[in-house]
Amino acid sequence: MARLAACGLLIFLASITMAQAESLTVTVADPYIEMRTGPGRGFPVFDVVERGASVEVESRRTDWFKVKDGRGREGWVYKDQMKETLVPAGVKMPIDDPGREDFGAHRREVGLLLGDYGGASVVTVYGAWAFNEHLAAEVAASHILGDFSDGQYLTIGLTHVPVPEWRIQPFLSIGTGVIRIQPDGTLVGTPERTDQVAYAGVGVRAYLARRFIVRGEYKEYVVFTDRDENEEDIEWKIGFAFFF
Amino acid sequence: MENRLRILLLSLAVLAAGCSHMPWRKDKANVEPPPPPEGGSTPVVIEPQVERPEVKPAKIDTENWEAGAYIGSLSVEDFEVNMVYGARLAYHISEDFFAEGILGTSDAGLSSFERLSGGAPLLTDSERQFTYYSLGFGWNALPGEIFLGGKHAYNSAFYLTLGGGATRFAGADRFTITLGAGARVLLKDWLAVHLDMRDYILDVDVLGANKSTHNYEATLGLTAFF
Repeated sequence: MARLAACGLLIFLASITMAQAESLTVTVADPYIEMRTGPGRGFPVFDVVERGASVEVESRRTDWFKVKDGRGREGWVYKDQMKETLVPAGVKMPIDDPGREDFGAHRREVGLLLGDYGGASVVTVYGAWAFNEHLAAEVAASHILGDFSDGQYLTIGLTHVPVPEWRIQPFLSIGTGVIRIQPDGTLVGTPERTDQVAYAGVGVRAYLARRFIVRGEYKEYVVFTDRDENEEDIEWKIGFAFFF
Repeated sequence: MENRLRILLLSLAVLAAGCSHMPWRKDKANVEPPPPPEGGSTPVVIEPQVERPEVKPAKIDTENWEAGAYIGSLSVEDFEVNMVYGARLAYHISEDFFAEGILGTSDAGLSSFERLSGGAPLLTDSERQFTYYSLGFGWNALPGEIFLGGKHAYNSAFYLTLGGGATRFAGADRFTITLGAGARVLLKDWLAVHLDMRDYILDVDVLGANKSTHNYEATLGLTAFF
């Protein structure tokens, strides 16, 4: 655990030193833009920059841009005001700002789902990459936490969204992976086992706001055991995701 | 001779007008050619040389990730209060919401039963280790500023978190729901101090019946945005 934490800290320090700001100078075209003390609407406005003046954009945190004005003062400006500034080419500053119209056309999606797998609790983290609006590849890592056994499974699969224009989108999924089940220490004589699984499922994802998605799904799994009969499990999960 | 020239000029004009409507010229400005001047001199078809700058979203350094470590106390229900330490990674999705993952570990102490009965311990040393992870979301409920004296103001936020995960304790992985509340104070725009209170809710069956336990944790952490 300590080694893991140390590794994490090292990666994190490395990424800080690598994060080098690329600055961009924009000209204010609105009557003025407001500079706040922090990246949020709760922070007070302490300065304004008038039309015609230039500011240097240093960094971005969520929807807020940290800028430095000609007098060297630094503050945070909201994206709606930054959109109205002009880049040196003389056009409005293009800003990456996903909304409802991007839902369905998005490429990447990451989420967290909680639910039930064959009577045990399950925690799943998944990532999806879309080939097009209808078809996406998904990788999911899950942790099963039961009263008598625990387990993990890792799956890779495809999801198909028939109508990507809708706000609430049903989808179908199929996939395969591996599952590892470890019986609790108190149960004697049941060995740990690793098997291949395959699943088919249906689900719904719905756009909430900004980049957020709420997602629920139902899947049926077949575990290819080395016993006489394969095992079948039912899973349902619900959770949140965001796309980018 | 003049007739022939006119026909030539007219056909040139028609050709030019036709070409300007061709689909592959969609991106170019749609300029009608000037009418052929009287007197028959060669018309000048002006090709507009408008340079359209291609503007892509600038590569501005985004600082939506936050990572760091924390240390504090964890009260493992029935098993004393002990030091806990861990790591935290968060992604700020908007100014109001963030996703976070935490990973922490602590060594639980002796239960009152073990202490009073004087018998064999219920758990081995490795089973006594309380290690958890939790993944979830947080809401910055009260953003604002705190003031230290008259000269220093620091940005801050009070937030609430909800997460799910697992805890390895007493020889099994246990499903865990995490509720939390915390305060974040930004010392610099990239450096934050966190004060967190969390409750890890999980079922434990060590003392006979399976019961839901609340394990409270108070920690002090330091994180950096990158």
